Amino acid sequence: MVQILEFEREIFALENQIRELVSLSHMYDSVGDITHEIVGLHKKVRRMKHDVYSNLTGWQKTQVARHPDRPYTLDYIKYMFTDFIELHGDRHGGYGPSIVGGLAKFDEQSVLVIGHQKGRETQEKIRRNFGMSQPAGYRKALRLMKLAQKFRIPIINLIDTPGAYPGIDAEEKGQSEAIAKNLFEMIEIDVPIIVTVIGEGGSGGALAVGVGDRILILEHSVYSVISPEGCASILWGDKDKVVQAADALNLTAPDLLRLGIVDEIVREPLGGAHRHHKRVAILLKKALRKNLHLVSHLAPEKLIEKRHEKFRKLGEIGFEITT
Amino acid sequence: MSWLDKIKSKAGLGKKIPVAEEIWIECKGCNGQIYVAELEENFRVCPQCDHHFRLEAKQRVLQLLEPGTFVEHDNNLSATDPLKFKDSKKYKDRLRTASKKGMSSDAVFTGSGVLATHPVELCFFEFKYMGGSMGVVVGEKITRAIERTIKNNTALIIISCSGGARMQEGILSLMQMAKTSAALNKLSKAGLPYISILTDPTTGGVSASFAMLGDIILAEPGALIGFAGPRVIEQTIRQKLPDGFQRAEFLLEHGLIDQVVHRKDLKKTLNQILSLLGNTPVSPPADKTEQK
Repeated sequence: MVQILEFEREIFALENQIRELVSLSHMYDSVGDITHEIVGLHKKVRRMKHDVYSNLTGWQKTQVARHPDRPYTLDYIKYMFTDFIELHGDRHGGYGPSIVGGLAKFDEQSVLVIGHQKGRETQEKIRRNFGMSQPAGYRKALRLMKLAQKFRIPIINLIDTPGAYPGIDAEEKGQSEAIAKNLFEMIEIDVPIIVTVIGEGGSGGALAVGVGDRILILEHSVYSVISPEGCASILWGDKDKVVQAADALNLTAPDLLRLGIVDEIVREPLGGAHRHHKRVAILLKKALRKNLHLVSHLAPEKLIEKRHEKFRKLGEIGFEITT
Repeated sequence: MSWLDKIKSKAGLGKKIPVAEEIWIECKGCNGQIYVAELEENFRVCPQCDHHFRLEAKQRVLQLLEPGTFVEHDNNLSATDPLKFKDSKKYKDRLRTASKKGMSSDAVFTGSGVLATHPVELCFFEFKYMGGSMGVVVGEKITRAIERTIKNNTALIIISCSGGARMQEGILSLMQMAKTSAALNKLSKAGLPYISILTDPTTGGVSASFAMLGDIILAEPGALIGFAGPRVIEQTIRQKLPDGFQRAEFLLEHGLIDQVVHRKDLKKTLNQILSLLGNTPVSPPADKTEQK
């Protein structure tokens, strides 16, 4: 079943009307030629989509980013790569199913692709823990990135997680250490790393695979230090204040570009990625190709130097020196 | 003053002496009454049960560094509030209130000093400043301290006491995790020691970045240390957490830290570690180019 978000309701209603009208005109000759009307209605739908989707609030974007029909990592892998072979395990007793990783061909080039996987059907959702990784997922990701480094293969990371899993076992196995270690190591993995936020960029669990040379974000994705729900309940003392919290957090793609966190926004087809899997994958592939090209010519030392510079500067607009 | 008042005042029972709460404090560990002066003398550790009370940041300097050696750095950095964040209160106002209270250093103090005979860069958190939360200023000061350690060829000690990233700075505060961790990689390559000390509490973005990246990680007894806060975990898994969960001793048992160290032994332990790490009779490895 298609899930319709509150602000999409009118769009879907009009689309249904058009479909009914078309099928009526096919069934009954008496309807006559209504091509002109239909064309007009299509235009109207497009206008509506444009109006709705270019004015989404932070909270609405969060809902789009979490949409259950939105393409996940494995969908992008299917559409953007060939010869994908999945590689499992952190080699320290952990499986890490919330993050998938493996080698694949991107155009003619070998790449390593890593991404959070939320799971589509109920059983898979549970198996994937809704994309909330245990430490094993981050450790697996790091193991694979080191493998890519060894064989001089560029890395493509896709971010889509509510956050790192908050659970007893996760703490016992060192969730903090696993995330910290990735931040520490990724800065010096001397092959190109292109990161894209494809859905939800949930805090440390997102950043743990989010250090790279180019950081992209899909138009309706979000990236934040805390979920709007978490922020609302802590700072407003009211978990229903999500609209205000999402606004205050500046978590949308344009916010992130303005704050210098992401380098590029990748446009989604009109109406959002959740309605056009293949088309958004084509757009993302184009962007990835361009961004890989931007950094591929750099010598390993230069690449690392620039990556250090990039992360050293983060947050510069957030402080001043007073005398 | 009547004779009775005189006796009362001598016995410390008179009107003019401060109220009882200020002299005696109830220990959260054993519920016993502790004489405040005795508590202060004992570095705010309960003399009966060893419960470690939170230490004010500046007391760390007194405890660990040689008198007169501490030079504070970068206390002229202040947050600019680029998100113009406002919840029930404006972030700008929160910052203003804090600095009016004389806390001009944001949530962390950083500076150089000498511990026993070792020159060190020391960073220590002030929990009273917005729960020790890490925003851009904290991230920048820690990064600068790391860079100073490399420049001065010394050792780094960070005493964490923080609830994590500062929500009011949104994504910018999250990125401080990456910024500080990246700087620590450079420190590591320089072959200089970093000792991380975890105190109550060390959670969230602070624990998931520099706090867990020490060459040596020590924790104070009973300190709450974790990625997610206990309340969040309880709400997620909908069950009660086991006793002692996420306490320093729990982390030790799970192989996540090197030692739990009583506050009174902290300086001695740090001195010992720095001496052992600094005493290197073996020649350093040849650098990579020579190996080729």
